[in-house]
Amino acid sequence: MSWTKKVLRVNLTEGTCKEEPLNMEWVEQFLGQRGLATKYLVEEMDPAVDALSPENKMIFITGPLTGTMASTGGRYSVVTKSPLTGGLACSNSGGFFGNEMKNAGWDMVIVEGKSAAPVYLNIQNEKAELLSAEGYWGKSAWETEEGLKAQHQDPLLRVATIGVSGEKGVLYAAIINDLHRAAGRSGVGTVMGSKNLKAITIRGTKGVGNIKDPARFFQATQEAKQVLAENPVTGEGLPALGTQVLMNVINEVGGMPTRNWQDSVFEGAGKISGEAMLEVRESDGKANLTRNGGCFACTIACGRISTIDPEHFTVKDKPEYQIASGGLEYEASWALGCDTGVDDLDALTYANFLCNEQGMDPISLGSTIASAMELYEMGVISKEDTGGIELNFGSAEAMVAVCELVGKGEGFGAIIGQGSKRMCEKYGHPELSMTSRGQEFPAYDGRAIQGIGLGYATSNRGGCHLRGYTIASEVLGVPIKTDPADADGKADLLIAFQNATAAFDSAGICIFTSFAWTLENVAPQLDAACEGDWTPERLEELGERVYNLERQFNYAAGQSGADDTLPDRLTKEAIKQGPMKGQVSQLAKMLPEYYAARGWNADGTIPQETKDRLGL
Amino acid sequence: MHHVIIGAGPAGVVAAESLRKADSSAKITILGKESEPPYSRMAIPYKLKGKIEEEGMYLRHDPEHFKALDIDVRQCNVDKINPESKTLELSDGSQQSYDKLLIATGATPLTPPVEGMELPGVHKSWTMDDMRGIESLATKGAKVVQIGAGFIACTNMEGIVARGVDLTIVEMEDRMVPRMMDEIAGNMIKDWCISQGVNVLTNGMVTSIKESTNSASRYQVTVKQKGASSVAEPVAEEKEGGGFFGAIKKALFGGEPEVVAARASEEITLDADLVIVATGVRANIGFLEGTGISVDQGILINERMETSVADIYAAGDCAQGKDFSTGEQEVHAIQPVAVEHGRFAAQNMLGRSVENPGSLNMNVLDAVGLISCSYGLWMGVEGGDSVKVVEKDLWRYLNLQFDGDVLVGTTAIGVAQHMGAMRGLIQMRANLGEWKAILMEEPARIMEAYLALTQSAVIK
Amino acid sequence: MQKSLVIDADKCTGCLQCEMACSVHAEGVFNPSKSRIKTFPFHDEGIFVPYTCTQCDEAWCLHACPVEAIQLNRETGAKEVINDLCVGCKVCTISCPFGTINYNADSGKVIKCDLCGGDPECAKACPTSAITYVDANWTGYDKMKQYAAKAIPGQPAS
Repeated sequence: MSWTKKVLRVNLTEGTCKEEPLNMEWVEQFLGQRGLATKYLVEEMDPAVDALSPENKMIFITGPLTGTMASTGGRYSVVTKSPLTGGLACSNSGGFFGNEMKNAGWDMVIVEGKSAAPVYLNIQNEKAELLSAEGYWGKSAWETEEGLKAQHQDPLLRVATIGVSGEKGVLYAAIINDLHRAAGRSGVGTVMGSKNLKAITIRGTKGVGNIKDPARFFQATQEAKQVLAENPVTGEGLPALGTQVLMNVINEVGGMPTRNWQDSVFEGAGKISGEAMLEVRESDGKANLTRNGGCFACTIACGRISTIDPEHFTVKDKPEYQIASGGLEYEASWALGCDTGVDDLDALTYANFLCNEQGMDPISLGSTIASAMELYEMGVISKEDTGGIELNFGSAEAMVAVCELVGKGEGFGAIIGQGSKRMCEKYGHPELSMTSRGQEFPAYDGRAIQGIGLGYATSNRGGCHLRGYTIASEVLGVPIKTDPADADGKADLLIAFQNATAAFDSAGICIFTSFAWTLENVAPQLDAACEGDWTPERLEELGERVYNLERQFNYAAGQSGADDTLPDRLTKEAIKQGPMKGQVSQLAKMLPEYYAARGWNADGTIPQETKDRLGL
Repeated sequence: MHHVIIGAGPAGVVAAESLRKADSSAKITILGKESEPPYSRMAIPYKLKGKIEEEGMYLRHDPEHFKALDIDVRQCNVDKINPESKTLELSDGSQQSYDKLLIATGATPLTPPVEGMELPGVHKSWTMDDMRGIESLATKGAKVVQIGAGFIACTNMEGIVARGVDLTIVEMEDRMVPRMMDEIAGNMIKDWCISQGVNVLTNGMVTSIKESTNSASRYQVTVKQKGASSVAEPVAEEKEGGGFFGAIKKALFGGEPEVVAARASEEITLDADLVIVATGVRANIGFLEGTGISVDQGILINERMETSVADIYAAGDCAQGKDFSTGEQEVHAIQPVAVEHGRFAAQNMLGRSVENPGSLNMNVLDAVGLISCSYGLWMGVEGGDSVKVVEKDLWRYLNLQFDGDVLVGTTAIGVAQHMGAMRGLIQMRANLGEWKAILMEEPARIMEAYLALTQSAVIK
Repeated sequence: MQKSLVIDADKCTGCLQCEMACSVHAEGVFNPSKSRIKTFPFHDEGIFVPYTCTQCDEAWCLHACPVEAIQLNRETGAKEVINDLCVGCKVCTISCPFGTINYNADSGKVIKCDLCGGDPECAKACPTSAITYVDANWTGYDKMKQYAAKAIPGQPAS
């Protein structure tokens, strides 16, 4: 059994670190990571608490495959109540932090309360302690990681930390580990900041053992890796171009939200695509992409390590940014680029560096800037509001300047830091916020791609592509090709994706494996590693259980079926140009189908019989 | 050609094997003093600990090893060398001629001028016989006093402690392992030993060992101790790095060394069932008097391992050869140097002029589980920069000494991985360039510095 | 022809599959800290450098061992730790100028790469062929070896 069966409970108010056994009954039902942490949160905490109050809890959690040789088995999730959405936040990160937690002998860390002064949690195998972080408060994630490694004289120390944005209450602050991997969405970093918890440092040398059937596990993981290697997406597209492989693909479909979703094709997409990252520039003879960076145990290595043109205005006299660091993912490139109309690859890379440096979700950041740009061009926001920034679509200078301000939570940055929903409400135009449940949409137009639009409306964490990535089917044809413009059958398609994703997320592996893997590939790995019989069917049911539990949390937190909605721009303003011209989201048709297929009532509530069926 | 080697330790054995590898027809003879097959003194603590049998201490495990190589290993003592006639006078009265002679007679433990050294329960810790004596007396619950806290004494400690004895260490200097560890390291090791239940008396001098007058133990050991008790002074952060990291580290590890007031000497009496004497060794060179072979602390040899007399070479603990760091002639009584010496000596005895660039001083010590090492000029050089990071709570210490931007010495405690890379960096005499500043700030990144310098082709 | 581990850092993504394959093969547990091969990241340069024993001709560890516990495997060319003979004295760990033989406090023995007896797990686990096991006369590896030999002065053939 590859759980350590140990939970570390940290109470920041009392300053205590205690060990307790993992609830193995819950493991049977919810596996690990996303599912198991949600179960803990639901059982331990009133979902109605203020997300930024000491009553909110944060759970850092691994999965049963975390720390093993299973491809991508290095992940952890942060589960808490989101200050951005008011619902459940569950943000998943790669890098090397999750496996280190497992190697230190912990399945999960539950953080409660609030420290009176800034602290960080230091875990060295079984030993855990809270230490003063006064010296790191006000420092970026990069400075903090470097400082902690130096302080502990341990280059192998793993650090998950917030930047300044999380301290300043930017509502989409991320937790950054390994300099440029992020538990990015829903403001999990903001919660950390509200607790005066600057960072968690971990060093684990105990190893991950107790695999139920080592020989079978080795065989299963080998076979699964082979599947990844032979798949055109995970074996070719992602290694070659990263997630940025999608930039030209989605643009060609006509589903590229542009200039705050006013358009659906971005004319500058080619200049900020994965292909563009490979082009050798004149100034230093190098390409934007320096190398593929793999997360722990990942055999795909979609991660981009990039360098910015040293002559570019963003870094010209700033040697600290003339380094190789985390490069653009598709979502970041879209939000900071297409959505703001900026087609300057180096400016986007720099903004992405800033997101890593200060711990910000680039999707929410870019999207909020985009809606501010629309408000600026409408004349609603003035230069006085922005502190002199001419916030026009397409201005790389403006986009970068705002990112810098948000990173430090200063001036106009503090307003942008509240996210698109609050910012648009403040200026009297809530309809311009491209969000659901208060969280900004990602990089796929729900009018052009119907399934993903339904996904945004029903996602338990608000605007998000990672709760049910129907793009795989609707655009890439995985596992079967469906017509993106057609709303028929999308409810069932989405549910299948949502349930499977919840199972993948609970196992401790990366959702990108699902381009090549189905639960048929995940189950044998789990079954060889863990006690109990783990079949694809059981995992599917587990995924459904997790999805329903998350919805229960959100209802208890005050959400309802009325939150399963999309902005008018998606349901009423037709796409103006491109292959999908004339399309709107057919949410009104799909949502009842979705409720029915989920076994929910017409108002979106979960009937008792569905709860009973799922053991909730 | 007849090569004769006096001494059956690592230097002698390696030399013999190297000779045989290069010359299948030469006659090779090893003359050893002890009755056992060639064995390693390094392995004594592990035998005491019960980790291995006596056979596990042998340098070569195949009983036919030397026979198969046609190396004649004989037990006898050499009384005298006659360089003019190229003969040796052996203790059995016979003579042995040689064409080339290698002296690898090793060292002998010192006997401090203390009353009672001849008592039957007083043992050195050097030979197989010594070890058997210790084994028979170091039984569970026995009271053991060990005089000396040098390298050998500390290494032995693990084996003795593992036998469940009540151990007290008495050291004349102010810290443990004073000749291979600086004050911070020596005191950290002392604190560690105390935390592991070993009683440590530094600044202590044993003045007598007498038959006990009570029934509590067999002997009584009188110790004269200057001031300090068995609690070490706190060590101070001496890292010079400033700036952001420096401030944090200062806040974390800061503190001034406590000044321990000088107190008058006091006399302590310790009960003992066994007294182990480990107060250092000296080279076995007494028998060379009158041969014309130049000696100092050991036999003086040049880079070709030649003594001052033609066709006579020396290697190992008895030899005083070129030191890598200083270029001076030094005795390095350590296993790796003995092996290096043996190999260089063989090449030169074969008539190939191969020069030893100098032996690097290095030591590794496992003091009841706390691992430490030191390399080269760990005490530093005049005008050189240094960085020290002391993490007392973690039992970790790292001290790097530079000459310009070249690493010349290190001391490390609790550094488990890649210790050898320190040797690599020192022995390459690499200019560290930008890495010096990084190491001054974060010495723990020494492996990265090593890779950046040795694998630069792939990194840049 | 003996084979060697050839490391091409340009292809390494830093995923540590090699470290896990090594540790699970040698120790029965997924534990990078027990791996005989280690991958070092150089963040600012954006490069990952896998590093392990080159089975150097000088065999510093083998010669430094006082009890013949490190022996040459004539078939693979690997210098192997014979666990039954190793007493854990650690002299090899300070003698190896490459830092590639380490003490394992849990077992009380030293650990180093033994080429898995001629079928190295790290090479098999590497998803990008940054680590391969090929004929020893491959140039890059030779260069690395030569550099290593040159870097550390003077050790005559045994």
